[in-house]
Amino acid sequence: MDIKEIIKPENLVHQRTSLMTDATLSYCPGCGHGTVHHLVMEVVEEMEIQEQTIGIAPVGCSVLAYDFMDIDMSQAAHGRAPAVATGIKRLWPDKFVFTYQGDGDLAAIGTAETIHACNRGEDITIIFINNGIYGMTGGQMAPTTLEGMKSSTSPYGRDLQSMGHPLKITELVAQLPGTNFVTRQAVHKPGNVRKTKKAIRKAFEVQREKKGMSFIEIVSNCNSGWKMSPNESNVWMEEHMFPSYPLGDMKVDGKIVKDLMKDLV
Amino acid sequence: MGELRLMKGNEAVAEAAIRAGVDAYFGYPITPQSEVLEYLMLQKPEERTGMVVLQAESEIAAINMVYGAAGTGKKVMTSSSSPGISLKMEGISYIAGAELPCLILNVVRGGPGLGTIQPSQADYFQATKGGGHGDYRLVVLAPASVQEMADFVDKGMELAFKYRNPVMILSDGLIGQMMEKVELPDQKERVKEFDQSWVITGKTKDRERNIITSLNLDPDKQYQHNMRLKEKYDSMSDDVMYETFDCEDAEFLLVAYGSSSRICQKAVDEARSRGKKLGLLRPITLFPFPDAIISKLARQVKGILSVELNTGQMVEDVMLAVNGRVPVYHYGTPGGKIFSPDDVLKAIDEKLMGGY
Repeated sequence: MDIKEIIKPENLVHQRTSLMTDATLSYCPGCGHGTVHHLVMEVVEEMEIQEQTIGIAPVGCSVLAYDFMDIDMSQAAHGRAPAVATGIKRLWPDKFVFTYQGDGDLAAIGTAETIHACNRGEDITIIFINNGIYGMTGGQMAPTTLEGMKSSTSPYGRDLQSMGHPLKITELVAQLPGTNFVTRQAVHKPGNVRKTKKAIRKAFEVQREKKGMSFIEIVSNCNSGWKMSPNESNVWMEEHMFPSYPLGDMKVDGKIVKDLMKDLV
Repeated sequence: MGELRLMKGNEAVAEAAIRAGVDAYFGYPITPQSEVLEYLMLQKPEERTGMVVLQAESEIAAINMVYGAAGTGKKVMTSSSSPGISLKMEGISYIAGAELPCLILNVVRGGPGLGTIQPSQADYFQATKGGGHGDYRLVVLAPASVQEMADFVDKGMELAFKYRNPVMILSDGLIGQMMEKVELPDQKERVKEFDQSWVITGKTKDRERNIITSLNLDPDKQYQHNMRLKEKYDSMSDDVMYETFDCEDAEFLLVAYGSSSRICQKAVDEARSRGKKLGLLRPITLFPFPDAIISKLARQVKGILSVELNTGQMVEDVMLAVNGRVPVYHYGTPGGKIFSPDDVLKAIDEKLMGGY
């Protein structure tokens, strides 16, 4: 099959969503952010809700998410995205409002805003990228950094005694009555990408039905911050991140579907 | 004539907010302003006008809810007292940077730190010089009565939308807590049709996407943004508001705002009855500051006393306006203690008229 044959319209299996702008992504090659951006915009396009969708960009690598997604967006102060989203959603209850946050933003400085938005059952979607590190500021320790994991502020590895334990915030919010759909996914392999997209679609459907908070954690690599090649980082993620942050649904339709206590301790 | 009621200043703000057609209030309890949230909750404004009222988990969350909602073009407000306003300052800086309209009430109490719950004017610097990080200004309105607490809600919203800038009502525990007669405004409809050219309500096919942000990494663009903001702040001098009492023939002048100005009015009456030619200038807007009228009066009087419930804050702006023409003094009591008209008269004799 030559190139002309391959690019025939009938052979098209995947097309870039029209809701991503032409701006060059600012993310490192190999990073999962770009994939997740595309998935969110694909879901918005497929549900035909561009005119009703408002996104919140955090402080972190995705601070410029509004440069890439062709929707109305608001930037938020560090950690405050769930509060910003609450303000918007309370006044525009029929819009689709999502936040896009990293682990430092959501699980450290924004813990209170995260827990309380979940507990109030705000009809928003939180998309939470967990790479175990502060990526944009140069790879500092995050609340999600694993035991023994080296970062620029834990150069000898995270010591649980003095630096505390990795925070599994998704297992915590799954237990709050305000959350309806809580899941942990990844985007490093095609199968995982498909599952994540399905989860994002489900989250937006929950929002449409006003059933409460939908919360998606996506365990992702940070090859630059972890100082690995993209491929190495994905292998390392499977071997080290997934045992601490196991993939799968935690809560579906308001019912806990997993032994959360087992994963927590 | 509108409906007359006897109300606390804090309650008057809350009732006026419903009547002004405010779309949302996000708050957090703190003395001495908790009556705002309490009154709103009791009134069921969602039934009266559809207004959203939400108790947030912190002042930080409340101001960020304001930021989010203001970005959709709605009339949004919050209220707090000094320590809570300090927590809101991060969000206020973002709101100023992103140029969003909103209204913030500060019912000031004594500080620093947890301080006291008694009335104070210790937050003048914080309110008028920006308060949070970055080069920005708020429009600052200083009510001196329960009536003005009510009136400044609508006025504040009008200015917030005129300049697309946060507006602060700088009150204090005295005006927030005291009860006075207030004439309430008539109920306004909540605005259904408004300028959507800059707001985030969902991108339609016929326009570019709207972005609410205060981020501009390019220093040239950030410079231009700051210079444009400065032009906006300079243009606010069109909206200077002040009141004068007995200034026509005054030889000496008091400058005082808010609750201090009420006490000073009594002091001026008393001084006049003793034959002393004393006048009072009461700034109503603290930013923009009424420096032109102070500069003008400085050519007429022999000395000026800035009277404040603090250790000397507004006096610096008075001095800048006077520019060395006549002596400027400060009298004040910090930390929640309130001076009496007699205290002011004593300070006038000792400081202002001492050499005459």
